[in-house]
Amino acid sequence: MATTSAETQTGIVVPAEPHSPATFPPFDGTTYASQILWLAIAFGLLYWIMSRVALPRLSGILEDRRDRIAGDIAEANRLNDESNAAIAAYEQALAEARANAHGIAQETRDKLKADVERRRTATEADLAAKLSDAEQRIHDIKAAAMENVGEIASETTTELVESLIGKAPTKTELSKAVDGAMK
Amino acid sequence: MANNPIDQFRISELVPIEVGGLNLSFTNSALFMVATTALVAAFLILSTGGRGLVPGRWQSLAEMSYEFVANTLRSSAGNEGMRFFPLVFSLFMFVLFANLIGMFPYFFTVTSHIIVTFALSLLVIGTVMVYGFAKHGTKFLNLFAPAGVPPIMYLLVTPIEVISFLSRPVSLSVRLFANMLAGHITLKVFAGFVVSLLAADGLGAFGPIMAILPLLMTIAITALEFLVSFLQAYVFTVLTCMYLNDALHPSH
Repeated sequence: MATTSAETQTGIVVPAEPHSPATFPPFDGTTYASQILWLAIAFGLLYWIMSRVALPRLSGILEDRRDRIAGDIAEANRLNDESNAAIAAYEQALAEARANAHGIAQETRDKLKADVERRRTATEADLAAKLSDAEQRIHDIKAAAMENVGEIASETTTELVESLIGKAPTKTELSKAVDGAMK
Repeated sequence: MANNPIDQFRISELVPIEVGGLNLSFTNSALFMVATTALVAAFLILSTGGRGLVPGRWQSLAEMSYEFVANTLRSSAGNEGMRFFPLVFSLFMFVLFANLIGMFPYFFTVTSHIIVTFALSLLVIGTVMVYGFAKHGTKFLNLFAPAGVPPIMYLLVTPIEVISFLSRPVSLSVRLFANMLAGHITLKVFAGFVVSLLAADGLGAFGPIMAILPLLMTIAITALEFLVSFLQAYVFTVLTCMYLNDALHPSH
């Protein structure tokens, strides 16, 4: 290109004149060496700083945060499990207490029922005994009364027959007649 | 400042250095390269100094750029790709910051020079080739012979794959370079219209009123250029990740 370092006639190297308006600057080859060198220096430095300092630090920060969040979530889950367990225990205790209360009530109810039943049966038995007693007595009284009636009838008949015919009937005839009349 | 839209790309020597006939001067371009590195390093190191569990604004931004590049790399090259993370992250930050620094008026845009973007893309392709051959040996050449193709088709497919592989550094570097170059020229041209219209004789009061149009255009293009700055840095990174994926898994 026209703008490369030109040796003057005296042999002294004159610095290249890259400002030549004739050349489009990006295509000016005289600047390439310098640009590549300084790009290598600048980018190399940047790469070194990034890989040695900036990126380890950033990834450290992000990792710390991730760990911290994961830890917090685990802790929250643990507490949640604990509270769930406590709720379950409470529910269980409540259910047990309820079952117990139900059992006690049932027991008491059964006991009372049995008691009432027992007393009722006793009373009924008592009453039945008294009833049969009374019936027996009535029966006895009735039998006695009937016997007395037969006796009275025989006596009366004897008296009547004696006064009518003047002769007392025989015992057999009498009882036969009285029994026949009473039937 | 000259009105020539090309002037902004001129390289001027700040500290002339000459080694064995090679001009290695510390130029304005070199200054902005070093400034880019310094700014990226300062941003990442100062913002993470607190190592806060709950990040502040700056730390958030640093973490965001970390996660962003990490996700990009992981999604195209998988978890094994993370071994290249420092390289990919450095590339992304360098290109992004170089592009954004270039958006300041009177600042030099490092990435508007083809040699810079070409050197960066050669670095990427060089890494791909070195790592690919070191890890897979000759199997790395499977890259040019995709599986599941009838053998006769290799006559056609392999040259295409080779050409595509060789054109990668070119397309990678030209894309970034051309975008930055064209954007800055456009900006400069429209900004120049504003000045020309204001200074124009014979238009009277009409000149300043007309100047509003290119001014609005300049504002709109500035916004667009910020988008392009980020987008080109991202595209460069994504393509780098995809090429690195080839080095990791050459058999497609």
